Amino acid sequence: MSSRDRILGRVRRALADVPSDDVPYEQAVQRDYLREHGGRSIEETVDLLADNLADYRAVVHRTTMDELADVIGRLLSERGSNSVLVPSGLDAGWLGGTDAERVADRAESSPGELDALDSVVTGCAVAIAETGTIVLDGSPDQGRRRITLVPDHHICVVRVPEQVVPSVPQALERLDPTRPLTWISGPSATSDIELDRVEGVHGPRTLEVVLVSGPPEARG
Amino acid sequence: MSGTYLGMPAFPKAAHEAVRDETLRGNLRHATHTIRAKRAAAVAEVSDWALLREAGKRIKDHTLRHLDRYLEQLEASVTAAGGTVHWAADAEEANRIVAELVKATGESEVVKVKSMATQEIGLNEALEAEGIRAYETDLAELIVQLGKDRPSHILVPAIHRNRGEIRDIFRREMSEWGRPAPEGLTDTPAELAEAARLHLREKFLRAKVGISGANFLIAETGTLVVVESEGNGRMCLTLPETLISVVGIEKILPTWQDLEVFLQTLPRSSTAERMNPYTSMWTGTTDGDGPQTFHLVLLDNGRTDTLADEVGRQALRCIRCSACLNVCPVYERAGGHAYGSVYPGPIGAILSPQLRGTESEIDASLPYASSLCGACYEVCPVAIDIPEVLVHLRERVVEGGPATREGNKVVLKPAKGHAAERAAMRAARWAFSHPGVLRTGQRVVSRTRRLHPRTLPGPGRAWSGSRDLPTVPAEPFRDWWQRTGGGKGGAK
Ligand code: SF4
Repeated sequence: MSSRDRILGRVRRALADVPSDDVPYEQAVQRDYLREHGGRSIEETVDLLADNLADYRAVVHRTTMDELADVIGRLLSERGSNSVLVPSGLDAGWLGGTDAERVADRAESSPGELDALDSVVTGCAVAIAETGTIVLDGSPDQGRRRITLVPDHHICVVRVPEQVVPSVPQALERLDPTRPLTWISGPSATSDIELDRVEGVHGPRTLEVVLVSGPPEARG
Repeated sequence: MSGTYLGMPAFPKAAHEAVRDETLRGNLRHATHTIRAKRAAAVAEVSDWALLREAGKRIKDHTLRHLDRYLEQLEASVTAAGGTVHWAADAEEANRIVAELVKATGESEVVKVKSMATQEIGLNEALEAEGIRAYETDLAELIVQLGKDRPSHILVPAIHRNRGEIRDIFRREMSEWGRPAPEGLTDTPAELAEAARLHLREKFLRAKVGISGANFLIAETGTLVVVESEGNGRMCLTLPETLISVVGIEKILPTWQDLEVFLQTLPRSSTAERMNPYTSMWTGTTDGDGPQTFHLVLLDNGRTDTLADEVGRQALRCIRCSACLNVCPVYERAGGHAYGSVYPGPIGAILSPQLRGTESEIDASLPYASSLCGACYEVCPVAIDIPEVLVHLRERVVEGGPATREGNKVVLKPAKGHAAERAAMRAARWAFSHPGVLRTGQRVVSRTRRLHPRTLPGPGRAWSGSRDLPTVPAEPFRDWWQRTGGGKGGAK
């Protein structure tokens, strides 16, 4: 007998007490918990996102579409970044304000090559205000998972308010589970040494989130 | 089961030694009290906590009650997404499967994400025997691995080490495993973390095979979810060409939507954060992004035996948040190592004897490694009634009775005259000689007061026969205080 059959057989024997007409999933689970916590205006939701991101030591900036390229250019130069990793679908205009060398996200680039780069700029799929989380889903403006992991400096652009949801349940509704997803809440951190929080063990030590408002047509 | 630490003394003896270790107690006390207070604040932010907890409990219960169906569904969806599913009845089989998969890649090194399941089956040792070196990449696991030590907490496995000890371990051992510790390394957490970053990065960048567990498996979509803080998980899950995930069969959730419950309750219960820094979710493989070969090893190793016990099966709801450890007065004094299992604390006291059976002295003594104070039940985000299962397992140790071992129905003999009896008695004596532990135990005890004779049942009888048991108050002070609103309620 295969282990598969053995395990499934054991499970079935173990559950002999469960009646065959046991309540179906839809009735077994009541979803009377909240879809979001507290009623907020759109502006308040964006403010909460900014607060919670900052609370977990992300550096938050707010700007408009018109100013975005300047802001990104300034952040890169303040950091002293000479090279910036660029996902294939990133709006080219976003990098109009920097002289840093643009390096394309290529499938064949090795982890070692990524490690030599200073910064990465991406968009995001959705941001969650209540938890201070940005979610990347590998869309063309976000690139592959590794590019936001290996370089030490990640600038993530969130379009507000369209990309912001109040809560975790609402974020899941927007996401496609078949895509590879990365949820990021603040920079990499550890509390393993006497529970002192230290930023950046393996992931980027600096996460800068740019909340950008403005009409989509102003982009680029 | 190979997860048993050979030669491990039974709980009371190990606990007794740990209690005398002042450094350990100091480290533990600081840690558990810090997390405890933070957790309470994080939970208080969510006004529907009780409803989320109830939903989590019901989702898990429902899944367990129909586990065969969800396992088959999961297998189909993972396969459809480009993964390969393997089934492992026990630790040995799981280790063999993983070793063969690694060998097939031609590699002799793997990087690992912290995972309880792989610790439970002793994967690192099994791989070592096959000439494969497994590098732990979580900072705490690295400290444990370099220190040739064992984890003592689910979430912060090196909780028993302070910064001075960690610096000494890094200085002494890092060069044995790869990049040495920097010259003049001090004991500031930032410097220690930096040393670990440099040491591990060279491993991540060349790794071809990654090994992980998973916090959740979604039957409907075939999605795996790993929750972490440091980014070492993301490294192991995305840089290697091959990814092997070893996951207990109880980790399944039926639908994608179910994550909305657990992604709210898990981070707040474990690290007391609104959300942990990183969560990775992957469904099979994605062209050009991350590992191009993905294997899922579904692990039984005693879980189906646990499932067969109608009272004990609730232990399989556990999402390994470790909240119960941090509130447990016994864990706080005894430390994680005393439990002789990868699952320490209250959850370890009910899970290990079920996964492994109660035949060994340590496993027979674990149901006694508790004061039954009920704090673990109160904090558990999936509402596992740990005291209820403890009492149930004590009965099994003492009175024997039907149980399931490796899929077969067996009738256990009572522990009379068995080593377990002595172990249980020592545990009772240990608890009674620590009044603080006992006092917090009174809540549950007095609720079942009617059932408590003046002597301990079973193996405790001989001991308590010659001594008076402390009188159990009709209602514990804490309950009275709560019921009467601090004595103002006017009730008796
Ligand atoms: S038993 Fe409950 S509180 Fe303890 S680790 Fe498991 S889920 Fe968390």
